[in-house]
Amino acid sequence: MRTVTKVAVTHCRGRIEEGEMTKSKLRQAGAFVAAAGLILTAVAVGSNSATAAPKKLIGIAFDLGGKDNPGFNQLAYIGYQQFANSHPGWDEKDLQGANSDTDATRAQRLQLLVSAGCNPIVVVGFSYHAALQTVAAKNPNVKFALVDDSIDNAPNVEGLEFKAEQGSYVVGAIAALTSKTHSVGFIGGVNVPLIQAFEAGFKAGVAKINPNTKYQSTYASNPPDFSGFNAPDKGKEAALGMFQNGADVVYSAAGSTGLGAHQAAAQAGAGHWSIGVDADEALYPVNQKVANFILTSALKNVNVGVKSFLKDATGGTFTPGVHMFGIDNGGVGYSLTGSHISAGVRVKVNALIKQISSGEIVVPTDPTKINLPTK
Amino acid sequence: MKAKKIFWTLIAPVAAIVISFIFVSIILLFKHANPFSTFQLIFSYGFQPGNIVAELNQTIAYYLAGIAAAIGFKMLLFNIGIDGQYRLAIFFAAVVGGSTHLPSFLEIPLIVITAMVVGAAWASIAGYLKVKKNISEVISNIMLNAIASGIIIYLLQPGRLGTKGPHSDNLATPTIPKSGWMPTISMFGGQLYTFGIVAIAVGVIYWIILNKTVFGFNLRATGLSFRAARASGVNAPRMVFITMAISGAIAGLTGVGECLSETHNYSLAFPEGYALTGLALALLGRNNPIGVAFAAFFWAFLERAAPILDLNGIPNEIVLMMEGTIILATVASYEVVKRINKRQQQKLVGSAQITNVESKVTKESAV
Repeated sequence: MRTVTKVAVTHCRGRIEEGEMTKSKLRQAGAFVAAAGLILTAVAVGSNSATAAPKKLIGIAFDLGGKDNPGFNQLAYIGYQQFANSHPGWDEKDLQGANSDTDATRAQRLQLLVSAGCNPIVVVGFSYHAALQTVAAKNPNVKFALVDDSIDNAPNVEGLEFKAEQGSYVVGAIAALTSKTHSVGFIGGVNVPLIQAFEAGFKAGVAKINPNTKYQSTYASNPPDFSGFNAPDKGKEAALGMFQNGADVVYSAAGSTGLGAHQAAAQAGAGHWSIGVDADEALYPVNQKVANFILTSALKNVNVGVKSFLKDATGGTFTPGVHMFGIDNGGVGYSLTGSHISAGVRVKVNALIKQISSGEIVVPTDPTKINLPTK
Repeated sequence: MKAKKIFWTLIAPVAAIVISFIFVSIILLFKHANPFSTFQLIFSYGFQPGNIVAELNQTIAYYLAGIAAAIGFKMLLFNIGIDGQYRLAIFFAAVVGGSTHLPSFLEIPLIVITAMVVGAAWASIAGYLKVKKNISEVISNIMLNAIASGIIIYLLQPGRLGTKGPHSDNLATPTIPKSGWMPTISMFGGQLYTFGIVAIAVGVIYWIILNKTVFGFNLRATGLSFRAARASGVNAPRMVFITMAISGAIAGLTGVGECLSETHNYSLAFPEGYALTGLALALLGRNNPIGVAFAAFFWAFLERAAPILDLNGIPNEIVLMMEGTIILATVASYEVVKRINKRQQQKLVGSAQITNVESKVTKESAV
């Protein structure tokens, strides 16, 4: 808004220098600039994008945390950015969730994005399931993607689901191969099926390498208290406890709670490792000081899914239903930043990845079905 | 006289709202946003017909949480356990509703009563600990909230009382059969929960019990002074226990409207945070059933309007700030009003005494 006003001012000045203007005209111009400024202010407060050339809008409805929260939500935003970089002419509007959300507030949020002219719309998180079901039916011409969930028989919804357990399986194998004490730990953010699948994969990966590995596990909170995804203090406490109990590798599938676990590894000193989740956590600016203690991260490339949906929805290849993102199509994986993983380990891990891709290994999603010693 | 009384009752919350609007305006100016058009945005969007219905539905839940807190406040009980009571209540009510197939006139009351009983039972644990073991209800309730979450997530696992869709990460109780669905009123393009009638009834009963019954008198007396009430023959510990249970029963109703008219089950998508909202609303509404109703609607209105700010590049946290400053300003302005009233009363008493003395003097001189 401000730049536009400035342009108007300089434009007038240019004309004055050319000497084409009398005093009264100048006053008129001044009045014009003032009026234009006022109108622009009003317009800007009314709608931010109205001043720019009209761009087509992509809507994003985030879960708790929003796009500034490193991890899951931010990855969805990065997916949009990657798409927008290669497809000019698109802009985004986004809204984020709150603890007090009911299905009605979630539906309102989605409807608001629709009425703002957004199409397609990316909806992040399973808690939107019921809300999207209503809103998608009401707006058959708008294309939606639902991350981590899907809706049956909805002709305008792509479900983007990630086999997070596969990425966790791989880091589980890395943890078991790296651990010198043959003892590892798992910290889950919130005790929900989504995170239980991460634990199941990790546990199975550990068990595959060494079924005698000592295993500890905890969750930072129980639903509907979702604070466990954002409690670095609890993460640190839990990880320190696990290290004291003999573990030397701890995997956190817990959003920013995991930041505390990285700090715990740094505090426990060399030989103690922390494993990140979703994005490559060793690259987070906030983890700069402890990056050397982050062994690897189990990647859940939400951005890959979002980008693929946006391409589908804007390019005419939209196909409703479940879209699976696994280790075979780059949906999940592990990171190598810091080169803490030895070549020998990588060879073994890559062999496992091949077996998962071919279906030879089916990674479980229920952690209670896998047995590892706790003592 | 009555008009004056109403004026002094209303002045504090109105002042609080004005103070909060001024505070938020200053913040908005710092953010280079126009306060007037921001408020205009909130009000024009918030009063759109479709939104009003959603706000009224949300008001029902907030109102019940507010009344649950208010009845505790009357007894000087800080029921921060509303969250746990509401969750456990609506969870078990949904489970009972999902596993029975009775005709509507039995099914709906069964669900509602289950919610009340579970809420009351859970709250009475805190009541018992308070009365028998002298444990602060704040501490025990916070712990009970956490325990309630633990119990629910244990029982909500597939194979126990919960179910999980093949392509979903949400856990839910089985859907309540249609006979347990509460009808809604179609208005302004929205669906208004008829459960509002129950909320209104709760408000009326709350007022009658407090003001027109011996029980209510005992309750208020115990709240004003535990020892004085005990000395005058009120079984004060029993009152504390019963009040806690009633508060829990009302808290148990908080989520019922949404469950019976919208979701028809309990799932991980249910909200949290009714305890703090309820306590704030009771404070704002001065524990008065009508005051709490206005406060609840105002809250629901602000929260419904919040997302429109985000769409226009204004952070929706503005609404949170508004709520926060309203609560702080309410507490402060009640105190100010209380002091002004006290001073006025003292003046009145003082002048009455003077006239008394004067009349005595004239009488004596006449003799």
